[in-house]
Amino acid sequence: MNTALTEVLFTRNLRKLGAITVFCFRMLAQCAPALGRPALIINQIYNAGARSLIIIMLSGLFVGMVLALQGFDLLQRFGSEDALGIAAALALLKELTPVITALLFAGRAGTSLTSEIGLMRATDQLTAMRMMAVDPLRYVAAPRFMGGVIAMPLLAAVFSIVGLFGAQLVGVQMMGVDRGSFWSQMQGAVGLKDVMEGVVKSLVFGFACSLIAVYEGYYAEPTAAGVGLATTRTVVASSVLILLLDYVLTACFL
Amino acid sequence: MRENNRALEIGTGLFVLLGFAALLFLTTQLPTNGIKLAVAPKGYTVKASFDNVGDLKGGSPVTMAGVRIGVVQGIGFDPKNYKAVVSMRLEPQFNQIPDDSFASIQTQGLLGGKYVGISPGGSDTYLKDGGRIEQTQSALVLENLINKFFASYANKSDKGEEPKK
Repeated sequence: MNTALTEVLFTRNLRKLGAITVFCFRMLAQCAPALGRPALIINQIYNAGARSLIIIMLSGLFVGMVLALQGFDLLQRFGSEDALGIAAALALLKELTPVITALLFAGRAGTSLTSEIGLMRATDQLTAMRMMAVDPLRYVAAPRFMGGVIAMPLLAAVFSIVGLFGAQLVGVQMMGVDRGSFWSQMQGAVGLKDVMEGVVKSLVFGFACSLIAVYEGYYAEPTAAGVGLATTRTVVASSVLILLLDYVLTACFL
Repeated sequence: MRENNRALEIGTGLFVLLGFAALLFLTTQLPTNGIKLAVAPKGYTVKASFDNVGDLKGGSPVTMAGVRIGVVQGIGFDPKNYKAVVSMRLEPQFNQIPDDSFASIQTQGLLGGKYVGISPGGSDTYLKDGGRIEQTQSALVLENLINKFFASYANKSDKGEEPKK
């Protein structure tokens, strides 16, 4: 194979993987000191979490509603519409909630993290901080990363609740599934393990998405085009990684 | 600046509170072994003993002629005669159910859950709060039916007869 092609396909990606790992550990080392400035983290929880709440709730509502429509149509063929509660709850808790929340998070919060840090890089703010003996990893990267990791499971839980509400809206109010059966069968079939699966998944996705977003911003090429490219890479890499990790995590839990 | 911070902190606080409330709901209200905070529905309670309730659960519907008239409130066990005691909460407008009615546990559809079906008796007195339905029929357990079928089949084959349908 052509050496230039090998360089592009293999060495460059390998190097990037190594760089992300090194960056991850350097940032994690700064997480504990960053706790000394909780205001910075609260600020990021607000940016990544509270400001994503509307889009998360709206998406959750419609995902739950469409799940109930499709689930009802399928279960009706076997005469077991009452299992709709189980179907909706398990699908939401274990798969749809963590994955869709993470994808929305990557699009809504990840991009803004990358472009913000990238612009700081482009305007030499990060260099200026370092000259003042202020570690940008501690004051810029770590709080944003931690804010994302904290916000993701909370967003996912809200998504689940709104989704269940949407499913019961369509299933019980529109399609006429018995409300008692809907909830009692759901409670009979859902275990604490299923809830935990969703929480663990969203924690892992929160870690992955925040890490990629912060890394891409931190090492963005310091030009307008570079910041744009870094933002694109954040969305692409996060989305692929979420789906890949989802398969691995599901295989672990089963 | 101070005011600005305040709005941000309130926003973050609301978000974190909402998130943890949602997590709390998911971990306590959904799972089988969670703590249930269900409010008792309006109406009156009647009880019935069954030999076997199958997988009837609290929250399953109670129907009469296919129409939902109440909900199963809880299932207990009577250690004296080894029966399951099902308490049902019937809605207040259905207060003219004869006290010699017949309760049976039935299945919704092929894979559906269990529910309690009540067929009316002929008595002039009606069920009251705390009343009891005496005549009951247990849930059909598919495995038992299959066992019975094979047992009778085996008996007949032993005697050298052709099994009759």
